[in-house]
Amino acid sequence: MTKLTIGKAINAGLRRSMERDPKVVIMGEDIGKLGGVFRVTETLQKDFGEDRVIDTPLAESGIVGTAIGMALRGYRPVVEIQFDGFVYPAFDQIVSQVAKMPARSLGKIRLPMVIRIPVGGGIGAVEHHSESNEAYFAHTAGLRVVACSNPEDAYWMIQQAIECEDPVIFYEPKRRYHEKGEVDLTADTAPRALFAATVARPGEHATLAAYGPMVKVCLDAATAAAEEGKSIEVIDLRSLSPLDLDALATSVEKTGRLVVAHEAPTFLGMGSEIAAAISQRCFYHLESPVIRVGGYNLPYPPSRLEEEFLPDLDRVLDGVDRALAY
Amino acid sequence: MARILTGGDPATRPMTRVDLAVIPPVREEGVPVSDNQAALSEAEAHAAALAALTAPVPETIGDGGPELVQLLTPEGERVDHVGHPEYSAIVDELTDEDLRGFYRDHVLIRRIDAEATALQRQGELGIWASLLGQEAAQVGSGRALRKQDYAFPTYREHGVAWCRGVDPLNLLGLFRGVNHGGWDPNENNFHLYTIVIGAQTLHATGYAMGLQHDHAVGTGDPDRDAAVIAYFGDGATAQGDVNEAFVYAASMNAPVVFFCQNNQWAISQPTERQSRIPIYKRARGFGFPGVRVDGNDVLAVYAVTKVAMDAARSGQGPRMIEAYTYRMGAHTTSDDPTKYRVSADVEVWKLRDPIARLKAYLTSSGKADQAFYQEVEREADELASTVREGCLTMPDPEPGSMFDHVYVEEHPLVEAERAEFAAYTASFQGGH
Repeated sequence: MTKLTIGKAINAGLRRSMERDPKVVIMGEDIGKLGGVFRVTETLQKDFGEDRVIDTPLAESGIVGTAIGMALRGYRPVVEIQFDGFVYPAFDQIVSQVAKMPARSLGKIRLPMVIRIPVGGGIGAVEHHSESNEAYFAHTAGLRVVACSNPEDAYWMIQQAIECEDPVIFYEPKRRYHEKGEVDLTADTAPRALFAATVARPGEHATLAAYGPMVKVCLDAATAAAEEGKSIEVIDLRSLSPLDLDALATSVEKTGRLVVAHEAPTFLGMGSEIAAAISQRCFYHLESPVIRVGGYNLPYPPSRLEEEFLPDLDRVLDGVDRALAY
Repeated sequence: MARILTGGDPATRPMTRVDLAVIPPVREEGVPVSDNQAALSEAEAHAAALAALTAPVPETIGDGGPELVQLLTPEGERVDHVGHPEYSAIVDELTDEDLRGFYRDHVLIRRIDAEATALQRQGELGIWASLLGQEAAQVGSGRALRKQDYAFPTYREHGVAWCRGVDPLNLLGLFRGVNHGGWDPNENNFHLYTIVIGAQTLHATGYAMGLQHDHAVGTGDPDRDAAVIAYFGDGATAQGDVNEAFVYAASMNAPVVFFCQNNQWAISQPTERQSRIPIYKRARGFGFPGVRVDGNDVLAVYAVTKVAMDAARSGQGPRMIEAYTYRMGAHTTSDDPTKYRVSADVEVWKLRDPIARLKAYLTSSGKADQAFYQEVEREADELASTVREGCLTMPDPEPGSMFDHVYVEEHPLVEAERAEFAAYTASFQGGH
């Protein structure tokens, strides 16, 4: 086992994918010599060359649009969008072109490409650097959307996303890039499927579902709740499209209560879909309404206010308490 | 090779009058400044440039200006483009059979187009985007491609599709609403039609980057070296994606030819709404050569495209071609051009018809006779009838098929909804 940060784990995963498949190319802004603004691609250009780690001009629609062309030629591009808020210039290319092209070609075209996006707040950034825009992409048929929350998943999920024959939006928990965990770099197979949720902490009284940067908050909340005698099961969703509703339903059927937490605003967020789906599926098992804990329905505030905006341990616990109050 | 293009190497060729008018304050190193220009103060030059830029659109119909590459006059007279004998040399290599083939392409694709328009009027197609008037631009460029080249079309490239061997019924299928493009792009190296304006220019550029990575550029092997041609219209030149494609192609020196059919209209808006300078001149600002060609002259389009594709294949990077033509019909069958343009313009462009001039040339030069024209007419009638029959008998897709191909790998939501749809549909069987 090796102790790696999430950032280093993604780097190791990218490296392994590039070693395994010569068709894997990485494209993005400042990803070469600099190694990306978060250093996730550090040393890759040095080791794999400028042909495979391509510093692109500063235009996101161009990055995704030309990556599509590379994929049409048989490559497996892994695209880095520098910050979540900068993906919007590429929105048409992702939503109208990447997502739809395989279907509109009646399966003649495959676009096995990965779009990596550092996501979420909590780093004291200026505006447009702290967005949580996963719902846009999860809403779009043709895309798959995943979010890693720890180094081991980061290492494996990026490799699995690259191997996937469908386009994958790969969310990286920006404020957790430097958090460390054990990764087995010698293993040959991933410990779990890419689109499966996992039980991050077992519990009995309520289910707390999260993904990406909020998983750690929820695990901390479960630890705090345990001190008060409440046993909380934390589910790391990992995949937002498809959603692993089977795993979620299994948990909810056991606990009878569900709280969904994410940084994104709650209105039409992932929590809304999960609440609707679980209410329908687990209606007779639910002891309380599904509770959503998320960002407020506002533009992301100036960073001096982000601690108030983002759901923290106390707000998650408050959500749990509301569920348990029924 | 770069010298062959009208623009030549932008860094070394002398500036033209128009160049100076549009970018006067910039003095390029090594570019001789005429006495007249030197006499103007910077402020005067700037004012003159501004006046040139903001001058009202002339009331006369544009003829493309002196830099337009034309090898066949509207009357069908074979001419040379001053200073560029290489274009004529390319055309001179064409056999009579090649030339008759061009004519046949023109007539057949125009006939398919007319049949499709009729089918739309009869309710058999939801909409049709006619290529009427743009046959030479599409046939000339389409026939200049090699098998290994790749074309990225808009939704109006029926003539290019024809040249690449795509079954016309596949085009009709899209407009009938049977599919979003039923052909295999890799069968003929002809990508699916792209509806979002300009988006395909980035795909083309990325594909060209892929060719570079595959070492399929500049090897000198005529069967290996390949290039990409990206089609778009004058309206698309305003799109961010098109400009980003120019930037990426230039930055990567990608083997892509940007082929703009300037048909003068983006639905209701004239080209002047999109660009204050001739479109081909924009290429220079991005760092690659641009050329304006008479888009109704198949010989000139063929020669100019061949030169540009050869340059791209040999590793000289991107090129832009502006095919100066005219959209003779409506934007689509849903459009009404009488609301925004005068019929006198259309009458002028009728005199520049691509088929009439090619026929005049073939006849006067003895390369084709009446028997040939009659045979092509007969073939067109037959094709039109086949297309009509094929359209009318085209089956609707099986409803459950809409769940196919959204993902390559299994997706539980899609599978759940597929099953739900099947069960729901089955619940009606026998009940109605």
